[in-house]
Amino acid sequence: MNAKRSRTIRVQSLARLEGEGGLLVRTRGGAVTQVQLKIYEPPRFFEAFLRGRHFSEVPDITARICGICPVAYQMSSVHAVEQALGLEVDGPLRALRRLIYCGEWIESHVLHVAMLHAPDFLGYESAVHMSKDHPELVQLALKLKKAGNELVAVLGGREIHPINVRVGGFYRVPARSELEPLAERLKWARDGALELLRAVARFEFLEVEHDYEFVALRHPDEYPFNEGRLVSNKGLDIAVDEFEQHFQEEHVPHSNALHCVLKERGAYHVGPLARYNLNFDRLPQIAKDAAREAGLEPTCRNPFKSILVRAVETVYACDEAVRLISAYEPPDRPFIEATPKAGVGHGCSEAPRGILYHRYRLDGEGLIVDSSIVPPTAQNQKTIENDLWRLVPRLLDLPEAELTLRCEQAIRNYDPCISCATHFLKLRLERE
Amino acid sequence: MTGTVVVGIGNPARGDDAAGREVARRLRGSDLPDTQVVESDGDVAALIQTFEGRTRCIVVDASHCGLRPGTVQRLEAHAGALPASFAAASTHALGLADAIELARALGQLPAAVVVYAIEGRSYAPGGGLSGPVRHAVAVVARRIRREVHPSGGPLATRRSRPAHSPRSSTLSGRMRRP
Repeated sequence: MNAKRSRTIRVQSLARLEGEGGLLVRTRGGAVTQVQLKIYEPPRFFEAFLRGRHFSEVPDITARICGICPVAYQMSSVHAVEQALGLEVDGPLRALRRLIYCGEWIESHVLHVAMLHAPDFLGYESAVHMSKDHPELVQLALKLKKAGNELVAVLGGREIHPINVRVGGFYRVPARSELEPLAERLKWARDGALELLRAVARFEFLEVEHDYEFVALRHPDEYPFNEGRLVSNKGLDIAVDEFEQHFQEEHVPHSNALHCVLKERGAYHVGPLARYNLNFDRLPQIAKDAAREAGLEPTCRNPFKSILVRAVETVYACDEAVRLISAYEPPDRPFIEATPKAGVGHGCSEAPRGILYHRYRLDGEGLIVDSSIVPPTAQNQKTIENDLWRLVPRLLDLPEAELTLRCEQAIRNYDPCISCATHFLKLRLERE
Repeated sequence: MTGTVVVGIGNPARGDDAAGREVARRLRGSDLPDTQVVESDGDVAALIQTFEGRTRCIVVDASHCGLRPGTVQRLEAHAGALPASFAAASTHALGLADAIELARALGQLPAAVVVYAIEGRSYAPGGGLSGPVRHAVAVVARRIRREVHPSGGPLATRRSRPAHSPRSSTLSGRMRRP
């Protein structure tokens, strides 16, 4: 194939997608001249109809934004509302919030690692095709996902769009006797997660490195879920409520979604790779050892190795869940009562895909005046485009179908909200 | 574990997507012999677990295939792979067709698997079932009661009908999972 002629790679309307999505890559003479990636952004709609709602409705409404990470939306939203109301949730309730987040990380990461991304590395069209030759990998993933789902269901009331999370805590908290059977399954899951990591460590990885600006939460003691300062590897160190002073959303002509950038430096990278690079020292020994065994150093700048880091984080989440359950003592009451008052609150938590920022302005009756929700995929969109700018020139000699698959794989490095749509890129070459 | 499981799949907060769940709710009080009736959000891992060890499985879900709203399609999974149009429309989840094909690849598909698909009219958030779908829900519930019969019913006595037979209709669209 002659890489030097002009080519246009145009993504058609994507199949099996909730909204619009598309990819356009233009090349001329072996160089990329244009990359445009569109990602559907559901929070725009939600920000509008949250206006006038009572703060108590926010966790249930925002949980509907995403079916795979509803806990992340609930956590970011309750922390933002609680900041506005001057409420601090600590002790066992804080621990239960970390525990339900463990469940979500396990089920989201496992789904992506084994069912959505692994087929790319093993050369299969889909998880279904892969399962015929690798049934053990799929069986392991399904069992691991079930462990994560169970944790979310016990703490959240159900697996999808949990109903038990509220401002101030939970509507109901579990007894120790409800969590102890889960602990046994999570101990198995911890071993299973180690096995999953060993399996993906055998994949072949494209040698790609880039000096990203990674952004994540950083906490004094913990690998981050719900709390911490926002930091980067290039000098950012701010409180969550300074987010909008340093980050801005901008319209791009080719997309309905907004791009979020650092005001001073542009594109940045959130998600497992960012968390790992900025918080490796906060991982427990079992996760650090597992990472090293998988060939990872404390710093990793290869986006294709994000699958390894997701597997390491799954080990962490299982281990952390076991630790939290063993230390759990039920609180005196399931939630702290909140008194409405006017104010602004900011919350940021680490969704499986990266930092998820919420801001709410409340009036004196506790009704939402306005809100801002910035999901991790919107924050990674420019970085994904930049990755494609750098990657496509290296792959132009590939047959069209394989070039398409490699672009899809590169996008799936970020586990974005369109990652599970297989064959979502259709390549059409336009010859000059 | 043997016997029959009836699985009603759907999102109860998205209009006609609640169809499968509504069928399950209607059947729950029917005292069907050796039959468990469950509701599901469609999670593939949970579905495969639900299939496990069962003799037969009857699944009900909403469809978005470009047919007249309220159209009922009946497919038998052992007659062949479900049409590609039954793949998931969600951006994160694998769908019913994936669950069935994964179970098949893993050797965990029950001996008999039937899918009832009810064509929806609207999947907008909020609101209930549309009129045609509400009617179809009642029809499907009656048909399932007749299938789950002490004598074995249609699944045991009649020949499997291919997924693409005229009775199953043309499936040109997508099975929608908003």
